[in-house]
Amino acid sequence: MKLFRSKGFITSLASLASILVGVLLGYLLLIYFNSGSANKGIVNILTVGLSSKGKFAKVLYQAAPLVMTGLAVGFAFKTGLFNIGASGQYLMGAAFALYAGVVLNQPWYIALVGSVLGGAIWGAIPGLFKAFFNVNEVITSIMFNWIGLFAVNLWFANTPKMLANYWGASNADRTANLAAANAGSIIPKAGLDRLLSSPYMNISIIIAIIIALIIYVVLNKTTFGYELKACGYNRNASLYAGINAKKNIILAMLISGALAGLGGGLYYLSGVAQYTLEKVLQVMGFNGIPVALLATSNPVGIIFSALFISYIQVGGEALQPYYATEIIDIIIAVIIYLSAFALLMKAIIGKILQGRRSRKGGDIK
Amino acid sequence: MMILSDVISQTIIFAVPLLLVALGGMFSERSGIINIALEGIMIVGALFGCLALQLFNGADQLCTIAPQMAVLIAILISALSGAVFALLLAFASINLKADQTIGGTALNMLAPAFAIVLTWSIQGQGQTTILIPTWTRITEDALGLKSTGGFFGNLIFKSFYITTPIAFLILILAIIVLYKTKFGLRLRSCGEHPQAADSVGINVYRMRYAGVFISGVLGGIGGLAYTIAAGSGFQSGVAGYGFLALAVMIFGNWNPIRILGAALFFALFKIIGSYSYSIPFLPKFTGIKNADYIYLMLPYIVTMIVLALTSKKSRAPKAEGIPYDKGAR
Repeated sequence: MKLFRSKGFITSLASLASILVGVLLGYLLLIYFNSGSANKGIVNILTVGLSSKGKFAKVLYQAAPLVMTGLAVGFAFKTGLFNIGASGQYLMGAAFALYAGVVLNQPWYIALVGSVLGGAIWGAIPGLFKAFFNVNEVITSIMFNWIGLFAVNLWFANTPKMLANYWGASNADRTANLAAANAGSIIPKAGLDRLLSSPYMNISIIIAIIIALIIYVVLNKTTFGYELKACGYNRNASLYAGINAKKNIILAMLISGALAGLGGGLYYLSGVAQYTLEKVLQVMGFNGIPVALLATSNPVGIIFSALFISYIQVGGEALQPYYATEIIDIIIAVIIYLSAFALLMKAIIGKILQGRRSRKGGDIK
Repeated sequence: MMILSDVISQTIIFAVPLLLVALGGMFSERSGIINIALEGIMIVGALFGCLALQLFNGADQLCTIAPQMAVLIAILISALSGAVFALLLAFASINLKADQTIGGTALNMLAPAFAIVLTWSIQGQGQTTILIPTWTRITEDALGLKSTGGFFGNLIFKSFYITTPIAFLILILAIIVLYKTKFGLRLRSCGEHPQAADSVGINVYRMRYAGVFISGVLGGIGGLAYTIAAGSGFQSGVAGYGFLALAVMIFGNWNPIRILGAALFFALFKIIGSYSYSIPFLPKFTGIKNADYIYLMLPYIVTMIVLALTSKKSRAPKAEGIPYDKGAR
């Protein structure tokens, strides 16, 4: 059976095993904190996402930006970088998109280009710091998450047109309702909203899936992608092979940031979301990390892991008022923790299979 | 003058958690384990420390008879819970040779979620703030002194908690342990060249466990110290201080004394931000709305500038981040 030995199969199996353990632990937590509602709770987590058209639309709507931030983190992983700054890049993307839509009065596709630009700028900064000053990208990304958050809030607070109250609403702490400010900047729904009878539904998930496929091709079928991955596997060897490591680090972070930025655009140009000026980092960016890890950074796998994470998050919202929704975060955290083991397990399984093959060839180690 | 003493005392109290946590990170990295989970460890330490304080605040008479004793016990509980939590990282990255940043990220995600779920179930739904009792502060009365006000009275007693002298003690202890003991030498060797350390009979795994354990202890105490400094109670988070402590550790070049300097430096910039309105010579940006965001950005921007300027001289432990494999050549 070739299928059972294929790398993809082993990977999916390992991921499924960690998901299973994660959900089981979630169930135990539910029992521990409130045994009376535990069964109902776990059923909610696992089924609410498919319980109605509206809930399913919400799963798809939230999955689109998750695919993008997952791609951002996964792409950086493939090139040997840990982009923990997807949160800031995502927010910068959202900010550029909203500015293009509300203040510059641009249509949705130009606004999405703006989001790519915003994310790319914010992603390139950690790359530049790493390439020229040798500062670890993890630290830079974290610092620029906060800098980005405060910068965007400062920017919007001082741009009256950006805020909801300029357009007739009463709140000054959130961005304008796109329907009032510039209906053309809302991502088209292409009839999907009527199909699922939910205002959440638009073509964003389709855009995200197309981008994921493009990233898959770039990483696996192009010289450029090969060079980026080579830098990730062994920087010194790739330097020796004549690959410009500095350029690749900056480019990899720039692309990674652009992906996260587009996620921000997809989420906030839906017409249903308004950015609130708070001192809180965007969670969507951090949730890209489990999405990428569950899929072992495979762009196609990321589509599915994003759908899964979005699915249990929508299910988790139904936990209230009996439980805190954060139980879902615990489940996700446990899954990532276990996926670290899964990598190890995969290596062991791979070694066993490889050993068997080489013995068949008569080559005994 | 009052503002000056305010700024100094606030700087010290915010430098304490940074110092403690960065020292913890230093022990872990010196043993060869990158501890990105410091943020999560702080949260867990703060959670259990605050719960302990809350417990003493209730029926127990300890808080009226010997309040500082109660705080000390809470600190111990923080240290212990932080250490236990850190062992999760040690297990994944030492025994299972998993990627250290991934394990750390998982723990960073787990801690705040766990804190919210637990405080929810203890205090009832939606009530996720654990308040710090007022008796934790050391006042002049408690020491039998007369309240003088004045520059020095304000400087020392405005916000004086037992965590400050403890942090100072830990700093001295850290220097001694790291540079003057057999244990410290062995720990450092595991972070530089674990194969060589193993060849002379040092148990690399045990040393790395020790490094992570110490980082858990210090991270846990740091979490409680942060919550005390922040003043508004525990809200299932430490506002990125664990990550800031990582930056402090790098800026401090994995050296205790320099870490102290770095911690004071960052704390000062943070405090300048929050006192920007009352410090006369600082620009007020009157034409700009919500100008406090400028000062909120300040510590992070300064961190980046400093890291960029000092990174050429920065010297991380050579083997950090690489799982030790006995069989590797």
